[in-house]
Amino acid sequence: MSVIIHKDTKIIIQGFTGKMGTFHAEEMIKYGSNVVGGVTPGKGGQKHLDRPVFDTVKDAVKNTGATASILFVPPAFAADSAMEAADAGIKTCVAIVDGIPSHDMIKIKRYMRRYSRTEKMTLVGPNCAGIISPGKSMLGIMPGHIYKEGRVGIISRSGTLGYEAAQQLKNLNIGISTSVGIGGDPINGSSFRDIIEKFETDDETDVILMIGEIGGPQEVAAGEFAKENMKKPVIGYIAGLTAPKGRVMGHAGAIVSAYGESAIEKVEILKECGVTISKNPSVMGDTVKSVLEKSK
Amino acid sequence: MDIHEYQAKEILASFGVTIPRGGIVYSPETAENKAREIGGSKWVVKAQIHSGARGKAGGVIVCNSPLEVAQATDKLLGKKLVTNQTGPQGKIVNRIYIEEATDIEKELYLGLVFDRSSESIMIVASTEGGMSVEEIAKEKPDSIIRSKIEVAVGIQDFQARELAFGLGIEPELVRRVSETIIGCAKAFSELDATMVEVNPLVISKQKQILALDCKMSFDNNAMFRRDKVSELRDKTQEDDKEVYASDRGLNYVSLDGNIGNIINGAGLAMASMDMIKLAGGEPANFLDVGGGATPEKIVKAFRLITMDKKVKVILVNIFAGINRCDWVAEGIVQALEKIEIKVPLVIRLAGTNVEKGNKILKESKLNYIEASTLEEAANKAVAALK
Repeated sequence: MSVIIHKDTKIIIQGFTGKMGTFHAEEMIKYGSNVVGGVTPGKGGQKHLDRPVFDTVKDAVKNTGATASILFVPPAFAADSAMEAADAGIKTCVAIVDGIPSHDMIKIKRYMRRYSRTEKMTLVGPNCAGIISPGKSMLGIMPGHIYKEGRVGIISRSGTLGYEAAQQLKNLNIGISTSVGIGGDPINGSSFRDIIEKFETDDETDVILMIGEIGGPQEVAAGEFAKENMKKPVIGYIAGLTAPKGRVMGHAGAIVSAYGESAIEKVEILKECGVTISKNPSVMGDTVKSVLEKSK
Repeated sequence: MDIHEYQAKEILASFGVTIPRGGIVYSPETAENKAREIGGSKWVVKAQIHSGARGKAGGVIVCNSPLEVAQATDKLLGKKLVTNQTGPQGKIVNRIYIEEATDIEKELYLGLVFDRSSESIMIVASTEGGMSVEEIAKEKPDSIIRSKIEVAVGIQDFQARELAFGLGIEPELVRRVSETIIGCAKAFSELDATMVEVNPLVISKQKQILALDCKMSFDNNAMFRRDKVSELRDKTQEDDKEVYASDRGLNYVSLDGNIGNIINGAGLAMASMDMIKLAGGEPANFLDVGGGATPEKIVKAFRLITMDKKVKVILVNIFAGINRCDWVAEGIVQALEKIEIKVPLVIRLAGTNVEKGNKILKESKLNYIEASTLEEAANKAVAALK
């Protein structure tokens, strides 16, 4: 069984009847994801895309047995929606939305500490592409057809750079077990370390490709975790070699403000942790291939 | 978003931090009067630009009479100040802050930032005020003390007290220093700040605790609920092209090279810049038109890039997902019917319907160089420079 989501995972859409929610719900349904309904406060009892709409996440969970949700709500309401999902017993929540204030993200994460480890929701994002387990389920906004089924796990902060990697792997006839976009914000629901830990215990994943960028301590923390705790090979690429210090490069989290946050420093530290580095973004696929061949 | 020193001081004062008496002027004519209004016999005239290290760049002048204040104001207004943080082009001085001079007994450092590892607000304090925090960390690392604020409950009195005692503050001043720290922490939490820095925080000879220089930055993502803060934005302190871009929903950073970029997604944009560098070129900009890359955004992106006179080649790299390549290609063709491009153009499309997209580009009258991979795109862009 793949990590985080699988074929039968029951999914609800928060912000179901909005334009974004509708469009991506249709895409997910087309891909084969088990979308069982959605939530739009005030529209409970209606049908949308042949599926029931509920006023609250609790109602949706009670009536459908959903365990996963995806948020298509504006940034100002995203924290509230994520906490509502956590409280209703959702196990996996993906926040696609770009623009959640950092203070709100910290509040969500503190709020979730009230749940025990086994009851706690996995929050992925915000400002991310979501999760896909090719051939099984898609809980995200990615173009599903570029992901071939296989045994490489991908974790990426960037959406489009994650697509680039999936396409390179597909061109080499290499498939993916699960790809997780953790998002480009300074505070993420799940970090690289959280996700590589899940991949390490996943019997459908052989190697992990970690696509990072400048800013923040996450890539290094994951590298150190891998060095101490992991048997599976990890391949890494860090974007932003040419990024100037102290400037935000598109993603709110892509800013170098301390030692160890530039691309060069991250690459050096990851190498010391035993991570195989893809020396540039056009050889991410080739680097995975060579690691796979070596580990045979 | 950054704000000026005087704006940060006004905010912090409203949270109980004591600041020296002062006032803002926009012309030399009003400066003399303002100095008299403030009173005293010695003033500091401070150029207001979004940068630190203004003193070293000549942006801070000590004056002994209202007439000198007017002269110093005249000298600084309209000038471009170049500091080690502004880049060679410098930043324009449009506002002058006049402040009574302080008799300094001791300079301290107080800074608050988001700590991304612990996901909390970190207070950093040191007895070595007046230097940058980087210099303190390098030269006097033992002088630094830290305290983490739990965001859900906010700063506690004991934390402020611990910091004050940690800084070796004399007991009768501990309460005022604690109040200053608490004021800064409250301003940080209540206004969605990302950085508050008081450097130096001084103890004056008269035993006052004064915030002598202040800096604040705010979370752009939170501006929707911070009307008052967002009004403090001063676009004259930002790069023209960056202002143009941010007003149009584009993520743009101006750089020094000559290869202009139009890319969808921040990560892919950084990766494309890296490829240009590896191919021997230098990017002129970072530009992310957003994951969706709508035709409207592409038109705006071309307008922006063509404003930049140093651009000698344009590289377009779009990975189309849900937005198909054929749709993106139509967007590019439409954009270039409206905007004339006088430099070589390299286009790389990838993802959904890439063949259809490339066919549309080929059948248009567009004069461009096609590339199929990231590496090829960068190599062709660099080759087109020659």
